[in-house]
Amino acid sequence: MEGQELPYVLIDCIRGKHGVHEDYVEFLEKHFHLITMKEYLENKEFLSEKIRAIFMWYHRPVITAELLQTLPNLKIVASSGMGIDHLDLDLLSSYGVKLSNTPFVVSTDTADLGMALMLACSRRLVEGYQMAVSPDTEYFPSDWLGSEVSGMTLGIVGMGTTGYKVAQRAKAFEMKILYHNRHQRNKEEESAVGATYCKKIDDLLQQSDFVLLSVSLTPQTHKLIGKRELELMKPTATLINISRGLAVDQDALVEALQNKIIKAAGLDVTYPEPLPRDHPLLKLKNVLITPHIGGATKKTHRLMMENMVESIQASLAGLPVPNEVLL
Amino acid sequence: RPTIDRELLEGLPNLKVIGNSGVGVDHLDLKMISNFGVKVTNTPHAVANPTADLGMALMLASARRLVEGCQIAVSPDTKYFAVDWLGVEVTRATLGIIGMGNIGYRVAQRARAFDMRILYHNRNRRRKEDEEAVGAHYCEKMEDLLQQSDFVMLVVNLTPETHKLIGKKELGLMKPTATLINISRGAVIDQDALVEALQNKVIRAAALDVTYPEPLPRDHPLLKLNNIIITPHIGTATVQAVHMMAEEAIANILAVLNGQPIPSEV
Repeated sequence: MEGQELPYVLIDCIRGKHGVHEDYVEFLEKHFHLITMKEYLENKEFLSEKIRAIFMWYHRPVITAELLQTLPNLKIVASSGMGIDHLDLDLLSSYGVKLSNTPFVVSTDTADLGMALMLACSRRLVEGYQMAVSPDTEYFPSDWLGSEVSGMTLGIVGMGTTGYKVAQRAKAFEMKILYHNRHQRNKEEESAVGATYCKKIDDLLQQSDFVLLSVSLTPQTHKLIGKRELELMKPTATLINISRGLAVDQDALVEALQNKIIKAAGLDVTYPEPLPRDHPLLKLKNVLITPHIGGATKKTHRLMMENMVESIQASLAGLPVPNEVLL
Repeated sequence: RPTIDRELLEGLPNLKVIGNSGVGVDHLDLKMISNFGVKVTNTPHAVANPTADLGMALMLASARRLVEGCQIAVSPDTKYFAVDWLGVEVTRATLGIIGMGNIGYRVAQRARAFDMRILYHNRNRRRKEDEEAVGAHYCEKMEDLLQQSDFVMLVVNLTPETHKLIGKKELGLMKPTATLINISRGAVIDQDALVEALQNKVIRAAALDVTYPEPLPRDHPLLKLNNIIITPHIGTATVQAVHMMAEEAIANILAVLNGQPIPSEV
C-alpha cells in the first residue's frame, strides 16, 4: 500500500462458527489490515513484527505465552463481550499488553434476556408452545397453569451494570426487589428501582421468588450458588443465571431440581457450553436453557465490533483507551 | 362454560347474574341475555397484570428467538453454539400498542422500563397525564403506528369493529423487520392473511396467545411456520390469577344478589 499503512490486526478467522461476521469485514478493513490466524501461521516471519493489535471475537484467537512471545509490537487485545474470565490477565500484563472489553453494550440485551427467561420460566412458555403445536393436542386444558411474575419478589445477586438494568425492568412489573452485592449502592440508585440491600446473601435467598445471578466470574463467585444456597431458597423459587455457568455448582443444581428443592431454573450459561448431550440438566422438565445469547442481537454485535475498533485505534494512537480493563 | 343458550336461560327463571371469569365477553350473546333480564359481570382486575406480563413474555421470546434457542441448547445434534446466531433488540425499539385499555396501559408501563418508544392507537385518546406517565404517543391513524413500529401488540376487545382489524393491508404497512403479538382474540387477525405475510416475509415474525379456533386444526399452516410462537391461550393462566378471578366473580355475583353496586358489570 502507498503512504500511511493501516495497522496490522490479528483475528482468528472470518465466517464460520467462531468467525468475525462477514458483514463487518468491509468496516474493519477501512481501519485495519486484517490478518487471519491462518495467514499469520503461513507467513510468521514477515507478519510477527507487523501485528500491533488482536481483535478477539468470542474468545478467539486464543492468547498463549507462545503467541505473545512472537508478537513484539503487540499493544492491545480487544476482547468482545463483558467477561474476561477466559483471559490470563497476569500473562498479558507481563508482556505490557493492554486489554479492552465491551461491558456496557452487552449489559442491556443481557438484562432483557434475564427478564425473558424469568417470564418464560414462570409462564411455562416453551412447554405451552409445544402443546400449542403438538400433533397430539386436541384441546387446551383449563387447569394448566404457570405462576405470576408481577408483584413477586426478585433477588438480584450482583448489582453491577447488568443487575441494575434488570432491577429497572423488574420494577415496572411491580416486583419487590432485593439485591446482594460486594458494595451497597447509594441511596438514590436504590430508591430509583425500589431495591433493598441484603448484606447477607442468605436473607435474599430465603425471601426471593426469583433469584437472578448477574455477577462477574471471579474466584469469590466461583460456585457461589451451591447446595447450601439452593436449600435456603424457597421450594417455589426459580433460579435465573445470566452470568457464568461456574457461578453455580451444577451438580448441586441438578440434585436440587430433581428433588424439588427449588421449582425451576432458567440458564443462559452453563459449564461447559454446550453441555455434553447426556448431561442430566438437558433431561429435566423444570429447566430452560438458552445457548449463551445474552448479548446476541444484531445491533449489539455491531456496536461491540465498533467499540473494539475504537479501543484499538486509541491504544495505537497513544490515547486513553475506552473500555480498558486495568491489569 | 357452561355454554349459555336460549334453552338454558328459559329453564332458569330466577337467574339474576352470569358471573364470567376473565375479561372477554365475545363468547356471550349479550343482547339475548339482557332480554332475559340477566346481568353479566367479568373480572377485569384479575386478568390485567398476567395478560400484560404474557404480552411482554411473547415479545421478548420472539425477539430473542427463545424457543429456537432452547431447542438448540438441548438438541442431541448440537456440537457448538454458533456466534453469528442473533435475535433482535427489545430495549429502545418501537412498540405500537393497539388497544390502550387497562391491559394495554400495563403493557406500556412495562415496556417503558425497557426504554421502548411507545405508540398507541385507541378508540379514544387517553388523558395527557396517562400518556406522559408512560411516554406514549397517540396515533390517531392506525397506519402511522403500523409503519413505525418494530413490535405491534394487539390488546383490544373483540367487537364487530375489531374483527379482522389486522388484515393483508395492515400487515403490508408493517415493517418487514416487525413482529406482531396478539394477546386479545384470534379473530382480531385475518389468519389467512397472516399465514401469507409470514410465509412471504412481509413481516419478520408473530407471537400469538390466541388463535381462531383454539386449538388450531393440526394441519393448519400456522403450525408449520418457523417464524411464529403460539401459546395455548395462557394470558391469565397463573395459580394466583385463577384464584383472584374466582374471588372477583364471587364478589360480583354477591353484589348483584344483594342489590349492591356491582364492581364489574358488563
